[in-house]
Amino acid sequence: MALLSKKDSKLVLDPLADNNPITIQVLGICSALAITAELKASVVMALSVLFVLSMGNVAISLLRNIIPSKIRIIVQLVVVAALVIIVDQVLKAFAYELSKTLSVFVGLIITNCIIMGRFEAFALGNGPKKAFLDGIGNALGYGIILVIVGFFRELLGSGTLFGFKVLGDPVTKTGLYAIGYENNGFMIIPPAALIVLGVIIWVQRSKNRALIEEA
Amino acid sequence: MAFNTEKNSYTVIFAAIMVVVVGSLLAFVASGLKPKIHENQRFEKQQNILYAMGVNDNEGEGDVTFVPTTSVEEDFSKYIVKQMVLDGSTAVEKENAYLIDVSKEIAKAKNGEKAELPLLIGEKEGKTFYIIPLYGRGLWDAIWGYISLDDHMVVQGVYFDHKGETPGLGANIKQRFFMDDFTGESVMSGNSFEGITVAKGNGDPLNTDKEDNQVDALAGATITGNGVTAMIKDCIKLYKPYLQTIRTK
Repeated sequence: MALLSKKDSKLVLDPLADNNPITIQVLGICSALAITAELKASVVMALSVLFVLSMGNVAISLLRNIIPSKIRIIVQLVVVAALVIIVDQVLKAFAYELSKTLSVFVGLIITNCIIMGRFEAFALGNGPKKAFLDGIGNALGYGIILVIVGFFRELLGSGTLFGFKVLGDPVTKTGLYAIGYENNGFMIIPPAALIVLGVIIWVQRSKNRALIEEA
Repeated sequence: MAFNTEKNSYTVIFAAIMVVVVGSLLAFVASGLKPKIHENQRFEKQQNILYAMGVNDNEGEGDVTFVPTTSVEEDFSKYIVKQMVLDGSTAVEKENAYLIDVSKEIAKAKNGEKAELPLLIGEKEGKTFYIIPLYGRGLWDAIWGYISLDDHMVVQGVYFDHKGETPGLGANIKQRFFMDDFTGESVMSGNSFEGITVAKGNGDPLNTDKEDNQVDALAGATITGNGVTAMIKDCIKLYKPYLQTIRTK
């Protein structure tokens, strides 16, 4: 990559797989379980976190030398909360429909452990450019897992993708349903997300054995 | 580093400045955008009310499409012929009754205090619609909506919305496949105002039985569904004195 140095591109690419915030660091699990029942919500959440994490990382990184260490967690919380509220207000004024879809995520973003985790572990010790790339990388790593989980849950649980009936109509029995296929109601409840996530972790670790912790 | 960030005095000053800066920033943003946000909310209310009486731009199956915000005010004054508030078993006209904060008024009415319960009367193609606002609780937060009845107390349409129900589960109360089921159901069972129950396992997923006061529940959203049931029942109860006077059998 000519645009970024090797070190910088590592910041973006590492969290996508071998240092993924969800499957390796097991952060942000709560939102990954709560909102992945449909693909659209997963994508919206991923984009929201992308924005908040990259902007918040830059803000914290710029402030890193003047934040008193005793109250740094509170300062971090204030930065995330302020960012999220401003975005929410602006959307309410200029993109009302979108803001209604997002409103449910606002609370989830503020309390997302990935955000606090990256502020604490990275932005407090690095410059704004690196912090920005780190934010992008981690948010994308988070988003990829969300989209994968959302894909399987919506497809197997509701037979749809982005709301389109890809497997036929379960009520009038067309497509796959005509030959006796049924939606798996279990997939749309949160425990199913944990199982899908477990399968992803299993696949990832059996492909890259270096990731397996010593027992 | 120019400052000693470990000192207590520094910490206190930093915290104070942070609170003032962030506080005024948020206050500035909020008050600057307030008129625009209020206008959006007003349009949304009008769209929702019109939706419940069947004035919408739905095309084909599945999608919920309101009348566009550009024409909603015009449509609203065209279809909503009377805006009233309840006064015992009668109703008196009141301008912009649809803007009343229903959540507060319903809470007051439930406590037996004097409340201003809004009621809208719509007319479309010679038919009269009685539109009642609903407000209740889902799993995580508030749910609300509108239900329109004809003079036989048969549902002509509903609109539901929610603040924070789970996407894909409880949030589906605002989808067509759930809302459309209410149309044609009666809120009466004999002579009592029963409301409509969101029922699990009523063996009628296509909702062909319109006499059972039941619609099929959403899988994985039991508490939200129960919330919808309770919301309809409670709100109908508050409007019962008035509804009894206009009901024709």
